[in-house]
Amino acid sequence: MTTPTTDPSPASPSPAPAAGRRSWLRDHSELGVCVLLSVLGVLVLADALTMDVDITQRGPVGPRTVPVVVGAGLLVVAALLALDVLRGGRGQAETGEDVDLSEPADWRTVLLLAGVFLGAAVLIDPLGFPAAGALLFWGAAFALGSRRFDRDPLIAAVVSLVTYAVFDKLLGVPLPGGPLMGVL
Amino acid sequence: MNAFNSLMDGFGTALTPINLLWAAVGVLLGTAIGVLPGIGPAMAVALLLPVTYGLDPTGAFIMFAGIYYGAMFGGSTTSILLNTPGESAAVVAAMEGNPMAKAGRGAQALAAAAIGHFAGGMVGTILLVALAPAVADLAVDIGAPDYFAIMVLAFIAVTSVLGSSRIRGMASLLIGLTIGLVGLDRMTGQQRLTFGSLQLADGIDVVIVAVGLFAIGEALWVAAHLRRRPPEPIPVGRPWLGRADVKRTWKSWARGPFIGFPFGAIPAGGAEIPTFLSYVTEKRLSKHEDEWGKGAIEGVAGPESAASASAAGTLVSMLTLGLPTTAVAAVMLAAFQQYGIQPGPLLFEREPDLVWGLIASLFVGMVLLLALNLPLAPVWAKLLRIPRPYLYAGILFFAAVGAYAVGGEVIDLVILLLIGLVGFGMRRYGLPVLPAVIGVILGPAAEQQLRRALQISDGSVTGLVGTPFSVTVYAVVVLLLAWPLVRKALPRRRAGA
Repeated sequence: MTTPTTDPSPASPSPAPAAGRRSWLRDHSELGVCVLLSVLGVLVLADALTMDVDITQRGPVGPRTVPVVVGAGLLVVAALLALDVLRGGRGQAETGEDVDLSEPADWRTVLLLAGVFLGAAVLIDPLGFPAAGALLFWGAAFALGSRRFDRDPLIAAVVSLVTYAVFDKLLGVPLPGGPLMGVL
Repeated sequence: MNAFNSLMDGFGTALTPINLLWAAVGVLLGTAIGVLPGIGPAMAVALLLPVTYGLDPTGAFIMFAGIYYGAMFGGSTTSILLNTPGESAAVVAAMEGNPMAKAGRGAQALAAAAIGHFAGGMVGTILLVALAPAVADLAVDIGAPDYFAIMVLAFIAVTSVLGSSRIRGMASLLIGLTIGLVGLDRMTGQQRLTFGSLQLADGIDVVIVAVGLFAIGEALWVAAHLRRRPPEPIPVGRPWLGRADVKRTWKSWARGPFIGFPFGAIPAGGAEIPTFLSYVTEKRLSKHEDEWGKGAIEGVAGPESAASASAAGTLVSMLTLGLPTTAVAAVMLAAFQQYGIQPGPLLFEREPDLVWGLIASLFVGMVLLLALNLPLAPVWAKLLRIPRPYLYAGILFFAAVGAYAVGGEVIDLVILLLIGLVGFGMRRYGLPVLPAVIGVILGPAAEQQLRRALQISDGSVTGLVGTPFSVTVYAVVVLLLAWPLVRKALPRRRAGA
């Protein structure tokens, strides 16, 4: 067994030169998860400890106890996970019907999708659900590589309008129609 | 007899035209969504949650039951015709089912799966009728310490039985518990992790967490690794079975439920373990050993029957104890909470119409499933050819509909996307999603029970282990935690012997 250093920072001693260090970092990118978990742990602990509980405390266990336990747990798990990663443990990326893990992750698509989603969310209030939903569908399909400019917008519009009609009129789940529905 | 009478009343509820309609819609929607590649039962149920918002609770849960069984059946169709299952429970169906389809026996494989689902679901639901009221009766007297013990068991089981890495399961659980903490403390009204935001004071809706982790996370994850050329489904005709096939499979159908049901009822990962156990059992008992791996029909029939029965077993713990043992049950529990209904021992007393209507509709749903799916199989198979950009755009779209319909707030969509990004990261680094969802749903309840128990005992920790029930549950917890050590010791002993 190797002797692991508990320090997850990139400064930990690495025998290899700069290029080697970069690939070491890529190999150990899971340490980022440990960093995020410990940040979350500190956040939860800080929130719990700054809580003002004197007046509201009822019973032996106040609103602080569980957050303190969860926050401490996050820190412990972050440390243990770092240990596991440095010893060579790796989380297995999830597989699936349409997942091809042999190629590197396509970050452009993910960012584009997230952007389209946020944009549509912002547009719901001014444009109404049918229009914003159609933009979301078309934008997402575009981001995922569909380039049929004759078919895609049409499908998006139909999906969005039908969904709006089914939910708002048939199922009794209100969605905002927006100015477009006001005209129709 | 009492259960029988209640069940008959339940049929009275389930067989009204409107509820029959919801059951049929649920089965059809569930199968259609479940067949779509990349969508497992949990995501199907999460995505279809908003469809039921406008319904009364009984109608909603009748529809849910149909969606659940339909989605499970749909998943096995995908793995038989595509051979790249995303859902762990459907892996086994692909092992024999896909070779069968490749050899031109896809119709028989689908029929074996459909009838297996029917048989397993029927036996499982009968066991549910027989056992659930008894379990509820036993559980009526249990108090806060016992509930807390059960929830601790659920937390430990979900992190240490499932998945390959306990530490990653634990990380996922803690992420879920943290999300569950956000909002006002239920007992004192203290703000926790709200950072002064009014929206966060209400807490983060469980539905948004479930849809975010299951649907958005999955869609983003697939988008990052989308196959350039999706796998080609094998074309298939109308499912049917010859007499020789029936002769080979009926015993497998009959055995499956008894393997599946018990595993569904305990927090051990739902259908994953029993389908595999059933596969191994059938293989050992088979007279056609040479066919295994090349398309042995028993290897489809048994595991599918076990999977379906495990779904019924899941409902036992969910309805009587409020304990979700699978991701689907977790989402269904969230749906119950939406209606202000708390599943648990008192559910059978307080909401008899709802519970028995739900159980009766399971029988109805099973019959509908068999009647609809055999003729519709070629249609379902066509769904496998859906262009992937439309599929994943559709998932994002419906996830947005679901999250927005919860409260009509745009901020919910932003939270949904953030949780989806967390789900993306979890998939990338092998953190299982289920513990997080269980943590969000059970975390606040567990805290309440813990504090109630400690109030009763005046702060003494011994109050948590004051009943035989809780002591037993903690013993199981210790056993689960110690299991890897025990297992490490075992082969050594065998080697020494």
